[in-house]
Amino acid sequence: MASTPRVVVVGGGSTGVGVTRDLAMRGLDVVLVEQGNLTHGTTGRMHGLLHSGGRYAVSDQKSARECIEENRVLRDIAAHCVEMTGGLFVKRPEDTEEYFEQKLRGCEECGIPAEVLSGREAREREPHLATDVEKAIAVPDGAVDPFRLVVANAGSAMEHGARIETHAKVRDLIVEDGEVVGVDVEHGAKPGERVHGVQSGREEIRADHVVNATGAWAGRIGDMAGLDVEVRPSKGVMTIMNVRQVDTVINRCRPKGDADIVVPHETTAILGTTDEEVEDPENYPEEQWEVDQMIDTLSELVPILSEARSIRSFWGVRPLYEPPETGTADPTDITRDYFLLDHEDRDGVPGMTSIVGGKFTTYRMMGEEIADHVCAIFGIDADCRTAEVPLPGSEDFQVLRDYMDEFGLRSPIGRRSVERLGSRAEEVLGTDAPNPVVCDCEGVTRAEMRDAIDQAGSDLNASRIRTRASMGNCQGGFCCHRMANELHPQYGEPVVRDSWDDLLQERWKGQRHALWGEQLSQAMLNYALQATTQNRDSDPANRDGSIAFDAFDGGPEAGAMADGGPTEASDGD
Amino acid sequence: MAIESDVLVIGGGLAGTMAALSAAREGANVRLTSYKQSTLRMATGLVDVLGYVDGEGPVADPFEAMDRLHEGHPYSILGEATLRDGLSLFDDSVPGYRGGHTDANALVPTHGGTVKPTARYPASVAPGVASAGGDLLLVGFQTVTDFDAPLAARHLEAAGVPFDVDGVTIPFPGDLRDDAKVTRYAQSLDEDEEVTGGGRQLGTRKDLAERVKAKLDGHERVGFPALLGEENHDDVRADLVRYLDVPVFEVPMGPPSLPGMRLEDRLFAALDDSGASIDSGNPVVDYEADGDGRVDSVILDRNGNRVPYHADQFVLATGGLVGKGIASDRAGVREPIFDCHVPHPADRYDWFEDGVFDDHEFARFGVDVGEDLRPRDGEGTVAFDNLRAAGSVVGGYDLAAEKSGAGVSIATGYEAGRRAAEEV
Ligand SMILES: Cc1cc2nc3c(=O)[nH]c(=O)nc-3n(C[C@H](O)[C@H](O)[C@H](O)COP(=O)(O)OP(=O)(O)OC[C@H]3O[C@@H](n4cnc5c(N)ncnc54)[C@H](O)[C@@H]3O)c2cc1C
Ligand SMILES: Cc1cc2nc3c(=O)[nH]c(=O)nc-3n(C[C@H](O)[C@H](O)[C@H](O)COP(=O)(O)OP(=O)(O)OC[C@H]3O[C@@H](n4cnc5c(N)ncnc54)[C@H](O)[C@@H]3O)c2cc1C
Repeated sequence: MASTPRVVVVGGGSTGVGVTRDLAMRGLDVVLVEQGNLTHGTTGRMHGLLHSGGRYAVSDQKSARECIEENRVLRDIAAHCVEMTGGLFVKRPEDTEEYFEQKLRGCEECGIPAEVLSGREAREREPHLATDVEKAIAVPDGAVDPFRLVVANAGSAMEHGARIETHAKVRDLIVEDGEVVGVDVEHGAKPGERVHGVQSGREEIRADHVVNATGAWAGRIGDMAGLDVEVRPSKGVMTIMNVRQVDTVINRCRPKGDADIVVPHETTAILGTTDEEVEDPENYPEEQWEVDQMIDTLSELVPILSEARSIRSFWGVRPLYEPPETGTADPTDITRDYFLLDHEDRDGVPGMTSIVGGKFTTYRMMGEEIADHVCAIFGIDADCRTAEVPLPGSEDFQVLRDYMDEFGLRSPIGRRSVERLGSRAEEVLGTDAPNPVVCDCEGVTRAEMRDAIDQAGSDLNASRIRTRASMGNCQGGFCCHRMANELHPQYGEPVVRDSWDDLLQERWKGQRHALWGEQLSQAMLNYALQATTQNRDSDPANRDGSIAFDAFDGGPEAGAMADGGPTEASDGD
Repeated sequence: MAIESDVLVIGGGLAGTMAALSAAREGANVRLTSYKQSTLRMATGLVDVLGYVDGEGPVADPFEAMDRLHEGHPYSILGEATLRDGLSLFDDSVPGYRGGHTDANALVPTHGGTVKPTARYPASVAPGVASAGGDLLLVGFQTVTDFDAPLAARHLEAAGVPFDVDGVTIPFPGDLRDDAKVTRYAQSLDEDEEVTGGGRQLGTRKDLAERVKAKLDGHERVGFPALLGEENHDDVRADLVRYLDVPVFEVPMGPPSLPGMRLEDRLFAALDDSGASIDSGNPVVDYEADGDGRVDSVILDRNGNRVPYHADQFVLATGGLVGKGIASDRAGVREPIFDCHVPHPADRYDWFEDGVFDDHEFARFGVDVGEDLRPRDGEGTVAFDNLRAAGSVVGGYDLAAEKSGAGVSIATGYEAGRRAAEEV
């Protein structure tokens, strides 16, 4: 073993970056490999709720306690990723009094601050709540931006010496004499796409320990060493509305159920969700009834949702885990807790630990537990500091407002980009170069876009998740080409064109589930802009064969040349 | 006082204005009523007639390619002669357009760096057509994020254009705000605002030309993003040509589109000349029928008051999904004023395909018409004897994939207006 143990972390979701940051801060040599972008998995497809723990206060009190503890930590270390909206558990006439009381008691037992509001008080806070909502419990739920949080963790890990490889898929585990000793990675990045490191080809990365943080994919990594990791992937839909119909997280106060929560997130409100077991975490049906159910059922809590405009829907897969032989039939009954599987203890295969289950809200705690475990294996005595040291961007959040004036950014554009960047605002926006707006809906300026490109390379989807560019109402109709323009000249034209096309396809994917009413009109407008104005659909540069240019009209006067002057409208002047 | 006309056109986009011009030319007394701005201000100002058939193209001759369109396509319904007549009406009514000298499509550079086939184009676009020779310099502005000239130049090269093309990015004269709209740039050129350039005071146009001149380097034509003025556009371009001594052209862009606005101005000027009356700002919300299968009047909502507009003949030109002439909800697709039948799959998930540029059903949503352009119900029976439809409210074609938007609006608008006037 080298003097500093090397750890390979597989998986670039919240869990993986959490572990990586923690281990790097404790001085270990860490390599994180992720098959797609950061947040490619469930982390990029979750609801954005910073749990207070209220949702688990009755059914799963251990999780509830962990949530409230981490809720407080993240407000501190990740201020620029969190919006403390507050949350309400609202009771409708058909919801039982008994459960309401249980919820209240559960919150008290778990140390979750909870306050009962009358129906009127609740509606004063959220005017769009249904008039028959009888009462509510207020809890400290919040909204959290998973993209920013993961990127900030990865950035911090890099500052502490970690190597982060995206678009690097683990094809196999290297097992020697019954011990996991590394990973066989395939680098599959398009030119300029990855954060760091190797462009293409295979690489064997030897490691003193491998951490399997692949969430819903954990079973597949396990298989590579003949280990059984029984993850039960369960899908859930989230439907995004074009504006924030509510500014507080609205939960239905009843036992488990589909379509029982609305989370205000940035400029949108997100409705969720369902819970259905699926076979394959990458390939599962995305169905219309799920979207309809979100709108229909949640309209019982917030009636204007039934007429509101949805901009897209997306699905995520929960990496639920239960110990062998538990055999729970209904996935909603599977615990939300996380499990650390030491494969040496459990299966007699040293060299690897899997972490499965859990929640985004508790990612840091999970990382800490894994890091403690890995350090113990190597006899390293180093304290965890991730709960105290703020993430890059969150160090000095108070000064945000001042930055707005300082960078001459006009509200709301200035406010948004400064909020997104947190304390990095000065570094990113403090430019003398012209700083025009690239994405109007989300108020993203060139400087922010360029900063994202510096981090993410040519992959526009990776810059999108860093900036939110193209994620507003128009879903990229007005800005995908502008985002692509910002890649040039750092990246060559063919790379830009590819990345642009990928972005268009990605933006389309989620919109398909919101195609009625205004969003269908928007989709037609976007289609007209992209296909008619830009001819993006039939770009000759993307097609085989060449055009016989001379078969076409070359202009009215012997090769348009002579027509450079004024039109006849002024000829007569 | 009852509002009465021979022909009432609902909608002030390209289709509505063409219908009104056509009916007026036949001698009818015409009124056009329109709610909001049309898609003209969003569109490029190019008049596409037909550029691709079933994904094949670009086609050089749209008239010849028409034969390959499916049966229910508006062009198939109307026929070539009607399309040609419509285009003549357009050419006669709208000054400053080119392309009428030939049947062939021109290939015009787009702001995204491709070329696209189009049949009529503003004079300001003509010198830039990619189907003509002449080395070309594209000029972009640091703060106009919609157009990256050096990237567009490389992209055009990749598209195989038969000339050399380069791009430069320069600061725009004066000190416009970084987030100024393109209309603000146009205004600066329209008014030839005084700016400081090279230590002295000069007009925006001259300053711009001098900045470009330094980069000209033998290029035979110079293209700018389409923001060369609105009201004084011709003067702006003439001055630039004079200072630069090479042809100058515009590359059309997205909304707000200056060439689109100029086209709108010209169409409405032609309408004024035709004697049609125009009224805008209030939506048509309903209609009254006379019991004999005829529309008696349409009802406008004027600040909450329902005002009937009577006419002998009606033309529905309210646009498609974008213009709000076609509406939808989770349950289905409809035409909101007359509730005309809009064919569409019952399952919402059959309205679209999975690839962003696949063959989407929604792109063809619109009312179903016969050759007289009267909307028909689900059984193929004419809905109202005196109601015709034109433009994007008509279904059965995909304007974006085919590059046929303006052409269909012109042909259907011309024909609907003509037939309406004929029956008065
Ligand atoms: C619908 C839904 C809503 C949710 N809402 C919330 C919420 O509001 N609040 C909350 O706290 N939690 C929420 N969760 C839970 C939370 O999202 C997840 O628990 C958490 O994001 C899991 O993170 P992870 O890093 O463990 O997994 P992932 O984010 O899935 O990360 C695993 C990564 O491993 C990568 N990977 C897989 N195989 C390989 C390989 N062979 N090589 C390299 N990389 C590989 C994947 O690409 C992926 O990026 C929600 C979950 C779902 C499904
Ligand atoms: C972004 C974009 C780019 C395009 N680019 C091109 C291009 O490059 N080349 C090309 O050939 N074509 C292009 N087109 C297509 C073309 O410009 C027009 O969309 C098409 O010709 C349809 O015109 P229209 O008159 O039918 O409808 P619209 O332009 O939509 O006009 C409809 C009018 O009806 C009014 N209206 C709607 N409902 C009511 C009501 N209830 N009461 C009263 N008035 C009402 C609206 O306010 C509007 O004024 C583009 C379209 C778009 C959207």
